[in-house]
Amino acid sequence: MNEDHDLKRTDDPCSRVSRRGFLESVGVGMTGIAVASNLSAQDAEELTEDAEPKKLSLVINGRKHMLIVEPRTNLLYVLREKLGMTGTKPGCERGECGACTVLIDDKSRYSCLTLAFEADGHDVTTIEGLVHGEKLGVVQQAFLEKDAFQCGYCTPGQIMAAEGLLRSNHDPSDEEIREGMSGNLCRCGAYQHIFKAVRRAAELKKEEGSA
Amino acid sequence: MLPKFSHVRPSSLRQAVQQLASSGSHVHAGGTDLLGCLRDGVFGAEKIVSITGIGELRGINSREDGAVRIGALTTLSEVATSPLIAQNYALLAQAAAAAASPQLRNQGTIGGNLCQRPRCWYFRGDFQCLRKGGDTCFAINGENEFHCVFGGSRCYIVHPSDTAPALVALDARAHIRGPLGMRVVPLGSFFVLPALDLARENVLRSGEIITHISLPPLAPGSISSYRKVRARGSWDFALAGLALALKLTGRRVDWSRVVLSGVAPIPWRSSETEKVLLGRDLNPRTLREAADAATRGAEPLSQNGYKVELVRGIVEESLRAIMESHPETPSERT
Ligand SMILES: Cc1cc2nc3c(=O)[nH]c(=O)nc-3n(C[C@H](O)[C@H](O)[C@H](O)COP(=O)(O)OP(=O)(O)OC[C@H]3O[C@@H](n4cnc5c(N)ncnc54)[C@H](O)[C@@H]3O)c2cc1C
Ligand code: FES
Ligand code: FES
Repeated sequence: MNEDHDLKRTDDPCSRVSRRGFLESVGVGMTGIAVASNLSAQDAEELTEDAEPKKLSLVINGRKHMLIVEPRTNLLYVLREKLGMTGTKPGCERGECGACTVLIDDKSRYSCLTLAFEADGHDVTTIEGLVHGEKLGVVQQAFLEKDAFQCGYCTPGQIMAAEGLLRSNHDPSDEEIREGMSGNLCRCGAYQHIFKAVRRAAELKKEEGSA
Repeated sequence: MLPKFSHVRPSSLRQAVQQLASSGSHVHAGGTDLLGCLRDGVFGAEKIVSITGIGELRGINSREDGAVRIGALTTLSEVATSPLIAQNYALLAQAAAAAASPQLRNQGTIGGNLCQRPRCWYFRGDFQCLRKGGDTCFAINGENEFHCVFGGSRCYIVHPSDTAPALVALDARAHIRGPLGMRVVPLGSFFVLPALDLARENVLRSGEIITHISLPPLAPGSISSYRKVRARGSWDFALAGLALALKLTGRRVDWSRVVLSGVAPIPWRSSETEKVLLGRDLNPRTLREAADAATRGAEPLSQNGYKVELVRGIVEESLRAIMESHPETPSERT
């Protein structure tokens, strides 16, 4: 587990990953060490041109993960299937629905169109990373307050899009909220409430900032 | 899952060009178009050469000669929100902001936006169409509502980019690095019609990378705008769009660039409209003649005749907005 250290917080919610995710992430971490120690310098050069699994380290919600993944793997798959962080949802996997939205260096992006290797060297934030211990993040809180979902499938993506919007724009106008949330579809059509939730989240963030 | 490929992320341009020498390799910038194509099996890839580790490809700077340089890896969001771009090239900021969704703009780059592959649903779908090496363009007798009305021949794609027509209107140039060194191509001759080559949409040869775009200064007092019409209120590709740049004295047009999006396999510059405008005052008659000129030569398919009317409408409307916000030409009153 020594490859799996916390960088920022120890109370990170992801330290409570599911048993499956926990085992996989430790498991692959250890294979990583084994593979790495068998490599000579010139092999390393060749490994980089291989379509086979290779070592990758990712910082997700402030926590570093060592993994072994195929180059073709997208971030969405790594989060869900390798790390058991199933908050991030798969939808279209073509950049059309927003269910898979995460933050990379504070900017919202689609994890379905991001190769896992492209997230190397960047800070990834997922819906799991917005909780502080047992306390929901303000955007999550606002979505609850405003009843901004029906089936809830699109909700993590909506929340991450709103979080990304509010990190770059503390006081968005109604138009900026609409535009900022336009990359996320809701099949239940909860748009009115989602809009109100984002406006509420902006208020809550402001209160939090001034408190 | 995507099909298997290897992935390299070199840290210098030289290495990237070397890596691209092997066949089946593709440049990866933001990956938003590339991964979509690979996922849908539009083409395959042996190797992905990611250029995201090459720092010199990022950022927007102004140069001493008044030109502005935009690194190929600059994201559409960065272009849309850059004060330097907004002040000097409003049209480009508007076009970048009108492209795709917030997430895609945070990830998609200006270089990738220019080189993205067409959105024709036969090309993207499970059809062995002409552009994919087959022998039929299925759009001719098929669902061709979103296909081109200008510049088609054998294949009827439209170019999907919003920034491309803006950059053509601004006389921008693409700086390209390849195995043989650097070359510079004006955006106006960067894109390729199907009549010239069915398999590609631009002049890039294999192994070449756009390093940056350069924009010459616009004459002081120039006005520019981008108007995009979509089928829905939210993100979508253009049904038709207009990139417009003008230099006026009063209402007299001293210089103009009129470039249409969404209606041709390349950003469609309408020199005929520019000719109508040159030296004339913007008045209702000029507007009408300009709008007519913009539609001349259109050859709609069975379902896309509406695009011709859209073109007429956006040309007239955009010019009218400019006319109304400008005082009449001084000499007219005397
Ligand atoms: C759902 C959806 C909606 C969209 N809507 C719009 C829209 O309304 N308007 C619009 O303009 N676009 C739209 N797009 C396209 C989007 O803007 C592009 O996917 C994006 O700009 C491509 O940039 P990228 O950096 O991700 O390119 P990549 O996917 O990395 O690359 C795209 C292509 O360009 C090549 N390439 C990339 N960079 C370079 C370079 N520097 N030199 C040489 N070749 C290069 C790649 O090899 C690849 O073939 C949409 C895309 C999606 C998925
Ligand atoms: S799953 Fe990524 S945008 Fe739909
Ligand atoms: S709440 Fe069901 S998809 Fe949005």
